[in-house]
Formats: sequence, C-alpha cells, structure tokens
Amino acid sequence: MATQHSRSAARLMMAPAVVLLLGWMLVPLTMTLFFSFKKYLPLRGDSLANGLDWVGFENYVRFVTSSSFWPSIYATLVIVGGVLAITVTLGVLLAILLNQPMWGQGIVRILVIAPFFVMPTVSALVWKNMFMDPVNGLLAHLWKAFGAAPVEWLSQASLPSLILIVSWQWLPFATLILLTAIQSLDSEQLEASEMDGAQPLSRFFYIILPHLGRAITIVILIQTIFLLAIFAEIFVTTGGAFGTKTLSYLIFQRVLESQNVGLGSAGGVYAIILANIVAIFLMRIVGKNLDA
Amino acid sequence: MGQIQLNQVTKSFGDVQVIPPLDLTIEDGEFTVFVGPSGCGKSTLLRLIAGLEDITSGHIAIDGKDATDVPPAKRGLAMVFQSYALYPHMSVRKNIAFPMRMAGVPEDEQKRRIEAAAKALNLTDYLDRRPGQLSGGQRQRVAIGRAIVREPAAFLFDEPLSNLDAALRVGMRLEISELHKRLATTMIYVTHDQVEAMTMADKIVVLRAGNIEQVGSPLELYHEPRNTFVAGFIGSPKMNLFDGAEAQKHGATTIGIRPEHIDVSKTEGTWKGRVGVAEHLGSDTFIHVHDTGLVDMVTVRITGDIAARHGDEIYLSPQLDKLHKFDAEGLAIR
Repeated sequence: MATQHSRSAARLMMAPAVVLLLGWMLVPLTMTLFFSFKKYLPLRGDSLANGLDWVGFENYVRFVTSSSFWPSIYATLVIVGGVLAITVTLGVLLAILLNQPMWGQGIVRILVIAPFFVMPTVSALVWKNMFMDPVNGLLAHLWKAFGAAPVEWLSQASLPSLILIVSWQWLPFATLILLTAIQSLDSEQLEASEMDGAQPLSRFFYIILPHLGRAITIVILIQTIFLLAIFAEIFVTTGGAFGTKTLSYLIFQRVLESQNVGLGSAGGVYAIILANIVAIFLMRIVGKNLDA
Repeated sequence: MGQIQLNQVTKSFGDVQVIPPLDLTIEDGEFTVFVGPSGCGKSTLLRLIAGLEDITSGHIAIDGKDATDVPPAKRGLAMVFQSYALYPHMSVRKNIAFPMRMAGVPEDEQKRRIEAAAKALNLTDYLDRRPGQLSGGQRQRVAIGRAIVREPAAFLFDEPLSNLDAALRVGMRLEISELHKRLATTMIYVTHDQVEAMTMADKIVVLRAGNIEQVGSPLELYHEPRNTFVAGFIGSPKMNLFDGAEAQKHGATTIGIRPEHIDVSKTEGTWKGRVGVAEHLGSDTFIHVHDTGLVDMVTVRITGDIAARHGDEIYLSPQLDKLHKFDAEGLAIR
C-alpha cells in the first residue's frame, strides 16, 4: 500500500514521539539501575556530587532478605487476584444486566461508569471516612442497627477492605469493556442455541462466556498492569500497616521513609522484572486469543 | 410427522400490525417456500412458526397439537439462519453435536448421527476445523448438518443462500432439494428470490405486507396468477402488464402477457415498436421494445438469436390464448 515516499514521511513524523517516549522510559530506567548498585543514603551525606560507593549486588540481596519482602509479595498477589476475581465476575454479570433493554438505560450506564472517574485518593478517603470508619461510618451504623459490634475494617480486615475499595474503582472499567463485547454477540447465535434446546444457563456457559473470552483476557491484562502499581489507596487508608504493604509500597518506604535510594532502586528493578514476567504471560494468552 | 397449521395468526410490533389474521396449512413432507419482496413479513412469519417471536393472537399447531405457547426448543423444529449462526469457538463436530448435547443424546448415538450427517454433506474432512476456517458453502452445510442431526419434524430456512455467490447458490439449491427428496421432511424456506421459489418448492406462498396473495404449486402460480401482484412477481423476466385502451379491447382493466408469449416479426404484427437493449444469453435473447404506445418498455423473450439492432423497427403479436386479464381490483378474470 504505502510507497517508499510515504513510509519515510511517516517515520519522520513519528520520530519526535518515539524519541520522547524512549527518553521518558530509558532515562529513569538507567538511573534506577545505576542507583541500585550504589550505596546512596542522602541523610548520611551521600550525594551525586561527592560520588557514590559501588556496592555490587548488596542492595539486591538486602531487599529480598528483608523480613518485609515476602509479606509484600503475598499482599500484592492477594490484592491483584482478589480485585481481578471480583471485577471480572461482577463485570460479566453487570454487562449482561445492562445489555437488557430497560427504561433509563443511558443514565444507568453513565452511573455505572462514574466510579472510574473518581480519583483513587478521593475514593479511598471517601471509603475510609464515610463507610469504614468504626465510629461514624455508614457500615458501623449498619452493624449497630443489627446490634452487632462495628468492624474495624482497615485494621481487622485490612486486605479485604482494600480489595473492596480497589474493586469498586475498577469494576466500571471491566463492565464497560465486557458490555461492548456482549453487544457484538450475533443475536442469531443466541436464537440458534435457543432452538437447539439450550437453557439460559447453558446459553451463558456455551455461547456468551466463550464469546467474552477475548474481552476478559484484555480486562485481566490491563487491570493487572495497573493493579500491580496501586499506591494511593494504601497510602490514604492504612499507610502500609496491617499487612497491606505491597511491593510498590515497600519500594516507596525504602526510598522515602528510610531514605535509602539504593535499596529502593533495587526493589524497583525487581518490580520491573515481575511486571515483565506477568506481561509476557498475558501477552501470550492474548496473542493466542487474538489469532483464533 | 410435521404438519404445521396456522389459524388466524396475527403479529403486531407495538401499534404496527405486520401480520394481519392469516390461515395456512403446510402438509407433512411438503417443501413450502414463502416468497415476497423485502419487508413483506415472510421472515417474521417463519420466526413465529419457530417460536422466536410470540404471536399476538391466533394459534399454531404442529402435528395437530397446539404449539402456540410451546418454547422454541420443544417444538421439534430446526432452523438454518441467514448468517448460519454457527458457534465460532466450537469445532464443526461440536457445532453439529450441540443440539444433541443439549438434549442429552447418548455419546455413541451422537457420534453415529454426526458421522452420517458429515458423510451426507461432504463434511467428513472438516469435522475438526473451526467455522472461521471454512468457506461460505461449507458453513452453510454445517448449519444444515446441525439441523439434520436433531431429526426435526420440520426444517425452517431463513434466506439461507443469500450470502453465497451465484454459482454456489445454484449448487446449494440443488443440494437442499436433493436433501428434501431424501429425508422427505417438511421444509419451510423463506426467500425473496422467485427463482429459488420456482425451482425448489412443492408449494409457494406469495406474501405482500403480511397478506397471503396466493398459495399454489410453482406452475399454478406461473400459469394462473390470482392477481397482478403475483403475475408481476413470479416469472423472470417479469410479465408485461398494461392498462388503458389496449386492455379494454380485451374487456379488462389490466392485461398481462409473459415475454415468452409474444411473437416477433420484422414486417407485421399487432404492436409496432423500436428495439432498445437486447440481452443475449445464448440460449435466449431478451429484447426491450420501446415506443409501442402501451407502456415504457415491453420485454420479449425469443429462443436463440435474432438479427435486431438498437433502433430497428419491430412488430410484436401477443399469443391471445396466453393473455392474462385482470379486473379493476387487480384480480384475475377467468
């Protein structure tokens, strides 16, 4: 299709964007790698101007042998897994529900999508103070109305609470993608399966769910990438206490609270490797699905 | 085993009545074609029989048993859709097996029926492929296979050939007719193509705006159309219909003469005209004749070829015993 001329013009016009993106990515990456091999404690007088000591892999070893490392991996996996399970399951059900013709469909759809537009910091604050506060929260009032002792959500059930907050934010995204996928289902296929004697439940498992397969993988892929990096929700609610310290939060603490840039950078490199492993797996699944 | 009776069936979408009260009986083993222009309600009628749409009033009976409120799966009918509606994520084998799986047919029996259907439809080599890897004609055969294995009381076809190219369409037409002769099961076939209707049907139902205009065998409709609509719709090229003075000479409001019932001469005849476009098909030639003073254009069909060029004068004589006469309401005068 394209001629030699239009191809070189296209390259020329894309060049600024490519250069910008590469710079954006490569500079921080190189700096992170550089710091991860250095002893860099700003509060003890280390600075770039005085020159930093080369410590080899010491930071890497210290990061994984610290007592917070494995709990942080566990917390990360529980949060990502929990949110994925909730958003995909409820997303499929909500998408089917919203696909039914009903009165006020447009408004209902906008309302369903609304949580996605609330900033993570704000939604975490609202959940923390309005719903989960053990004295004034709505949930505390609800518990008291039934004569039960209010749950101290963020300390007694910290991981489930975080999963709840993050799921609430990401459910609209899953619903939206799955709704558009469901709308592309050929109605003749459903009618054919109806004539073939499939009951509603079989129609769901044999026709609708396989049709949604690709959309579900895309939802999982995109959400995983974003969920590995959630930060504001933890910072605002528990501050990393009660076993909610994820890998990204641990790195934040190492760099900013302990002021150990070298150690935090080593953690950052681990996070990059972890995210890439997940991405490779997911790309392969998606690639297989996109071929079919 | 497959007689379908419609009794005063109506269908409305909101305030719009698309099917006015309608009675129709389809006999067991009959190949019935619903034909009509687009939007005439033929597909709706088929969907009413299938149970995919609820009827507004009236009754449907299958094999003498009332099926008005029976869900589609329990009616014992199988349908082949225009888009084939194959399940894209299942192999051909699983597609064909699906209705049997839903009905809980034992594995061995499923296998036997799949083998038989695949053999009959030349699908044996494709059983493990996905629908996306098949050509249009093969997908069509898979859809038919999925219908056959249910051993239904009747097959319903909703414009099944309209997505195929011309050559394949002729081939599939023969295959479906052949299938009907072999299975001798009732088939209802919806199409807007009168050629399909003429070549395949035992009985044609001509529909217009939800009304049945005429029911009969293809040749009955061809030789004795009940009104001007059927006369104009059945037959290709279309019957020439004229009104005015020429019609009154024959004591009718409208007269019709088929293109093949007009004799052509270069020297004498009833009507004089000028040759327009001539379409040469080899076996036949269709000549469009203008300036006859009757209608814009008279179509004439002659066997073989004729040395008539654009602009030549030509004389036409209708074969008077083949003339169709219609009264002021458009109904045939017999």
